Amino acid sequence: MSHPQKTDLITSSLPQQAEGTVKRRPSGRRFRNLSLYLLLLPTVVYVFLLHYLPMGGLIIAFKDYNSFQGIFQSPWAGMGGFEHFYSFVTLPNFWAIVRNTLVLSVASIAFNTVLPIILALMINEIRVGWFKKTVQTISYAPYFISVVVVVGMLFSFSDLERGIFNNIIAAFGGTRSNLMESQNLFAFIYVASGLWQGLGWWAIIYVGTLSNVDQNLHEAAVIDGAGRLRRIWCINLPAILPMAIIMFILSIGNMLSVGFEKVYLMQTDSTLAVSEIISTYVYRVSLGSRLPEYSYAAAIGLFNSVINIILLVTANLISRRVSETSLW
Amino acid sequence: MMIENRGKDKVFNWVILILMGLYAFVTLLPLLHVLANSFSSADAVNRGAVGLWPVEFSLESYARVFREESILRGYMNTLIYTAVGTVLQLVLQFTAAYPLSRRDLKGRNFFSFYFVLTMFINGGLIPTYLVVKALGMLNTRWAMIIPGCVGIYNLIIIRTYITSSIPWELQEAAMIDGCSNVRLFWSIVLPLCKPILAVMTLYAIVGYWNAYFNSLMYMWNDDLYPLQRVLQNILIANDTGNIGGSIGSGEQALLSESLKYVTIVVSSAPILFLYPFFQRFFEKGLMVGGVKG
Repeated sequence: MSHPQKTDLITSSLPQQAEGTVKRRPSGRRFRNLSLYLLLLPTVVYVFLLHYLPMGGLIIAFKDYNSFQGIFQSPWAGMGGFEHFYSFVTLPNFWAIVRNTLVLSVASIAFNTVLPIILALMINEIRVGWFKKTVQTISYAPYFISVVVVVGMLFSFSDLERGIFNNIIAAFGGTRSNLMESQNLFAFIYVASGLWQGLGWWAIIYVGTLSNVDQNLHEAAVIDGAGRLRRIWCINLPAILPMAIIMFILSIGNMLSVGFEKVYLMQTDSTLAVSEIISTYVYRVSLGSRLPEYSYAAAIGLFNSVINIILLVTANLISRRVSETSLW
Repeated sequence: MMIENRGKDKVFNWVILILMGLYAFVTLLPLLHVLANSFSSADAVNRGAVGLWPVEFSLESYARVFREESILRGYMNTLIYTAVGTVLQLVLQFTAAYPLSRRDLKGRNFFSFYFVLTMFINGGLIPTYLVVKALGMLNTRWAMIIPGCVGIYNLIIIRTYITSSIPWELQEAAMIDGCSNVRLFWSIVLPLCKPILAVMTLYAIVGYWNAYFNSLMYMWNDDLYPLQRVLQNILIANDTGNIGGSIGSGEQALLSESLKYVTIVVSSAPILFLYPFFQRFFEKGLMVGGVKG
């Protein structure tokens, strides 16, 4: 079943050799490609306006921006423009915020990298067609539910008197408590609900790779007397490892960019000590504040991006050394 | 199809079936609990008496939700944002992806780099806010539609799909026959892109339907709020106006607990009914993305 797809890919990449023929076209052809540039134009303009202009706007991180003077007229910040970076790094809460961000992201990365692989390996072993499809359909469902709804469910389920979570705890003889107000549980609830949502979805890419594994390998292994577990370990796992490494590098590159929405929605006053992360702090001092500190917030955002890029490049470098898998 | 009917393998198959059945069941549990609550009487919900089956079956909460003005308005707004946004997103992504897939396009590498760079570097919250403000989109419907409209990663996936699954000779042959670029794109390439078009359509619909961030950042007019922003007020009762405002406590009593479950069902049902129809395309779409980053 996997073979036709593979050969399709190979033959479709063959015509690359025909490239030379394109260049020997009558000169009139060159202008025909004008229409291609016109097709490209709207998106190029869009990306310029909404992606590149904001990059230029980062200059306010080095200024004392106020909306009256605008981006260019506003005065430069103190300390050679680095005042805002300095005040963030010396903030009493700085290490707490960085630690909270790292705890949530490292825990997420660890579970979100490993568990989908295990799920995919197991789904791949289901030999009953309709059952496999049903399991997969169900596994995707939570992914399509919005963050707002998921967090809303968490609050309802955790309700002290009537929430199902507390009902279950009480049924097993535990004491009811306000779960969403618990500092100890915040990271657990964050990661567990994330897994509920994404596990099935993240496994798709591995399930797809596994269905393309050469069946001859398996047949040969069976003849050599290899059991199911052995074949999973020696054939299926190595088949999806390169993909897993790529996903891992990408998630390292986003380590400090823990999703804003979910944490922001999950925050309660009593969990702030563990739930304040970089992105929620940026929002709190800027758009979420009555006295927005735009420049300060932009500086934190820039600080965050620079570290993300350093992490991405480092992770990629290590991966290239160790496993010869690389993003570029 | 393989020699897997020995005794040991049979046991293994059963273990897998049971484990996966359990996994699927556990995944469904929260949804079943929400559904059961939504069909129960408000009283039963407030007592916390509902498990996986409705207690004191009642449709009253549904009737009340459908009379709730803010929800209806949010629903209408979200329908508008989803319809316009999806079309715009698909147009922008596909019209850019096609030229990038053409190996005879001069400057192809430059444009690819131009797009891909933005995946790794971005201005962040405040500079983006200032640009949205400068473009006059603050507190307008466009604020829900334009920012975040083009997914660069999706664009690259589409480009990769076109280069890897549509034979170049086919396009060349059409060109020799005098087919214009636009016609080539519209009548030959697009029809062959159906699987990836389906995936991208689903992504766009889900993205706009579940969008919340933009409304928090760029909007303060209740009349324009999308469904998710209305839901936030109902489900989490977090007044964004005051900093670090009380979340989850106090104001919850605005709408009774049973209404929350109904709003969850009503807001999530359309997408949950939709995605199984696109399911056979997911795998393909995601796989192409993995071929080249």
